[in-house]
Amino acid sequence: MSSSNTTVSTGGLPSRRNTELAMLVFAVLIPVFAYANVGLAKDESLPAGMLGYGLGLGLMAGVAHLVVRRWAPYADPLMLPIATLLNGLGLVLIWRLDQEPQITTDALGGPMAADQLIWSTVGLALFLGVLVFLKDHRILQRYTYISMVVALILLASPIFIGEEINGARIWVQVPGVGSLQPAEFAKIIIAVFFAGYLMVKRDALALASRRVMGIYLPRGRDMGPILVIWAISLMILIFETDLGTSLLFFGIFVVMLYVATERTSWIIFGLLLSATGAVLVASTNAHVGDRVHNWLNPLEVHANGGITETANVMYSFGSGGLFGSGLGQGYSRLIGGIGAKSDYILATVGEELGLAGMMAVILLYALLIERGMRTALAARDPFGKLLAVGLSGIFAIQIFVVAGGVTGLIPLTGMTMPFLAQGGSSVIANWALIALLLRISDTARRPAPAPAPSPDAEQTQVVRA
Amino acid sequence: MNKPMRRVSVFCGLLILALLLRVNWVQFVQADELQNDANNRRVNIERYAHPRGDIIVDGEPITGSEEADDPDYRYQRTFTDGEMWAPVTGYSSQAYATSMLEGVHDSILTGDDDRLFFNNTIDMFTGEDQRGGNVVTTLNADAQRAAFEGLGDAKGAVAAINPMTGEVLALASTPSYDPSSFSGNDGDDQEAWQALESDEDKPMLNRALRETYPPGSTFKVVTAAAALEHGAVEDVDTETDTPDPYYLPETNNVELPNLSDTSPCEDADVRTAIQYSCNTVFAKLSDEVGNEQMRETAEEFGFNQEHFVPIRTEASSYPEDNRPQNAQAGIGQASNRATPLQMAMVAGAIANDGTLMQPYMVDQLVAPNLNVIEQHDPEEMSEPLSAENAQMIQSAMETMVEESDAIDTSALGDVRVGGKTGTAQRGENNEEIPYAWFISYAMTDEGSPVAVAVVVEDANVDREDVSGGGLAAPIALDVMEAVLADEDAG
Repeated sequence: MSSSNTTVSTGGLPSRRNTELAMLVFAVLIPVFAYANVGLAKDESLPAGMLGYGLGLGLMAGVAHLVVRRWAPYADPLMLPIATLLNGLGLVLIWRLDQEPQITTDALGGPMAADQLIWSTVGLALFLGVLVFLKDHRILQRYTYISMVVALILLASPIFIGEEINGARIWVQVPGVGSLQPAEFAKIIIAVFFAGYLMVKRDALALASRRVMGIYLPRGRDMGPILVIWAISLMILIFETDLGTSLLFFGIFVVMLYVATERTSWIIFGLLLSATGAVLVASTNAHVGDRVHNWLNPLEVHANGGITETANVMYSFGSGGLFGSGLGQGYSRLIGGIGAKSDYILATVGEELGLAGMMAVILLYALLIERGMRTALAARDPFGKLLAVGLSGIFAIQIFVVAGGVTGLIPLTGMTMPFLAQGGSSVIANWALIALLLRISDTARRPAPAPAPSPDAEQTQVVRA
Repeated sequence: MNKPMRRVSVFCGLLILALLLRVNWVQFVQADELQNDANNRRVNIERYAHPRGDIIVDGEPITGSEEADDPDYRYQRTFTDGEMWAPVTGYSSQAYATSMLEGVHDSILTGDDDRLFFNNTIDMFTGEDQRGGNVVTTLNADAQRAAFEGLGDAKGAVAAINPMTGEVLALASTPSYDPSSFSGNDGDDQEAWQALESDEDKPMLNRALRETYPPGSTFKVVTAAAALEHGAVEDVDTETDTPDPYYLPETNNVELPNLSDTSPCEDADVRTAIQYSCNTVFAKLSDEVGNEQMRETAEEFGFNQEHFVPIRTEASSYPEDNRPQNAQAGIGQASNRATPLQMAMVAGAIANDGTLMQPYMVDQLVAPNLNVIEQHDPEEMSEPLSAENAQMIQSAMETMVEESDAIDTSALGDVRVGGKTGTAQRGENNEEIPYAWFISYAMTDEGSPVAVAVVVEDANVDREDVSGGGLAAPIALDVMEAVLADEDAG
């Protein structure tokens, strides 16, 4: 069955909607049990909001499922359950951290689970909106250059109207709504632009190149847009000190370029550019330098004698061990600050659910990426392929950069775990991302329309008087 | 486009694989190291998450645990009569770690000890919180109180042992401190700790075990033992051929004076020399025995080594030295230094007919369910002198006490009491107030149940009034009285 998914098939594939429904039941039950677990561990009683939370999550999943059944019946059956499960677990983890008074003070924004639930609902609404109103993803192709402009405006907005929080300038205050992270939305829009642009230019980029020392080098005029993207990435890095986002954008451009042109030389070219940029920034920007220093010396005590967040995160993971302390029984609050619920949410996973839980969560993300890549392979049109690769790639790079940063594999950058971490922009944008992937996979797996009837094959019509 | 897409998928797979390897590395390979890192606050949180076991004296706990308001540390250590017991218990502070018995037997008290594994496992199944085990000491509360109150405001220390077993009965050190005052981790605790740290009187120094003093004349019983053992004198009633004045050997006629010019020290026998504390006689005997053999006997008494009772003691010292220094070391001056416990061991070995028992203060380690997980049995440490020689020195020490006007043993009842006073000089040219010493033992028909060493550093008296007999002996007598009263009652 799985092999048939990868090839374009005109046969009537099963819609797999019932599989999705069964999976969704688990995706709702697991967070509900986790919620009960936290309550039992903290107060030895079932938490009061459990019924409401369970019904809410169940209702959201149910509505999403019905909409998918109606408007995207051939969509991939696993993506919605995985996203629901991660979103549900994220809500439990945030609620669980809300129970720690030390990191839930008014100065730190108070309890956040309720707000996060509202943002999740908004995200889900956007998800439904995309599925209902975007009948075909190829419609997006028309907005290639508008997408570029919108993405650039979003990316640049924090420089002009944003404020600096924790050394990074990535937030924009919207009156009455709160702070938003425009980069989270920009990443989807820029994938749309890349897909549209590369679909048109791929032949020029792939074929019109000169061979120098065994490597095909692109022509100067084709190189232009790439250098522009590179410059934008560097600008984000320098003006917004947002290492993660610039890495994400440049990384995804290289990936999509490679897929579109099938030329390895683009990867070498891209890696050269990013290496140059990284060295340039690391040597001039103190903030990035600090991050690298903390990465190399994770347990070093701060100059003022305090224990760094990085060290506390490592202690969280180490103390979790193989099976973790159990939900509600860890001390990841020692990380302190707002980071515990957002950037460092994985530390709570690692400490309370242990190595086992950590691997399970990473594998959930891996599965989501795999389904995305499979959608790209199965898609029938180049735009859909490129967009699906782009969106899955964004997901993969973001997971790697965040989880790698938190666990100390690479220097820490300020991005959040999709669905799991606290943050409205992130959860809304990622629900939209999943909706786009579902739309592409629905188109890919939909049975091909019956061949147009051939006049020759038709029976002679009897003309009745 | 499918070929590069497959490659990109493989690349994403590699990224995930790298993440999986990394979390395995951090949460499996490095886990123990991170978990027990000194800066990981969880270590202390875990440690104070349940009540600590107690330190027991005479069947009663002298420590406790009370619930604290701190969000991280649920329990805080309390101490009953903290100042009195501080040299025994040490402290257990959330902010400043542990010391003394609290430190040595920390794993038993927290319940983390491997030997409590089965207990913990059973507790886990029965749903009970982990509990700490108890440390049952050999100390005697009445003796300890007598020692601590006897020292009062004076600076000094008392060590009392049972010569027959080596059990430590009392360990007092003044000025002392209340370990409860900094057992938490807030501002008050920090203030209390810093005040104690900067106090010039060093209240946190365990003088009974961790401070060495020149033992002064109390060391003369060791010199007497060495002289008898190595044949420098035949017995304690044979006259020695000692001139008065005596000049230190190999010096340009440096005279070693006696305490009083009227003392009958010329050619005095050992009994008389002990009674009048003749410097001349013992300096000469030490010189005759020689540095090497003096050291040998001193070491058999426990000098030149640390002891673990199980708290580590400072090593007392009788070092390798030249002749004039060795002669002076023989009267407890020069390079000779001893802890109060060491001098109690000296008195104890004499009282126990020449056999020195290993001193110890922890009788049992008891699991929370009252199973005994470790029992300490008395052990012989060495035999510094023969029973015959020991009894001769006993007789001389008893003569000293009987003939002394300052020492009144009537309160002790029908026991023989032997003792030796000491007044150790200190400071350049003996300028500072000397240390007053007294070592003694009480002897019943069944042997000696108690030997005590008392040192008073600074009793706020004029230097003329400092004397072992006057300042230190009454404390020793009180301690012995307390032990004997318990023996009778028990």
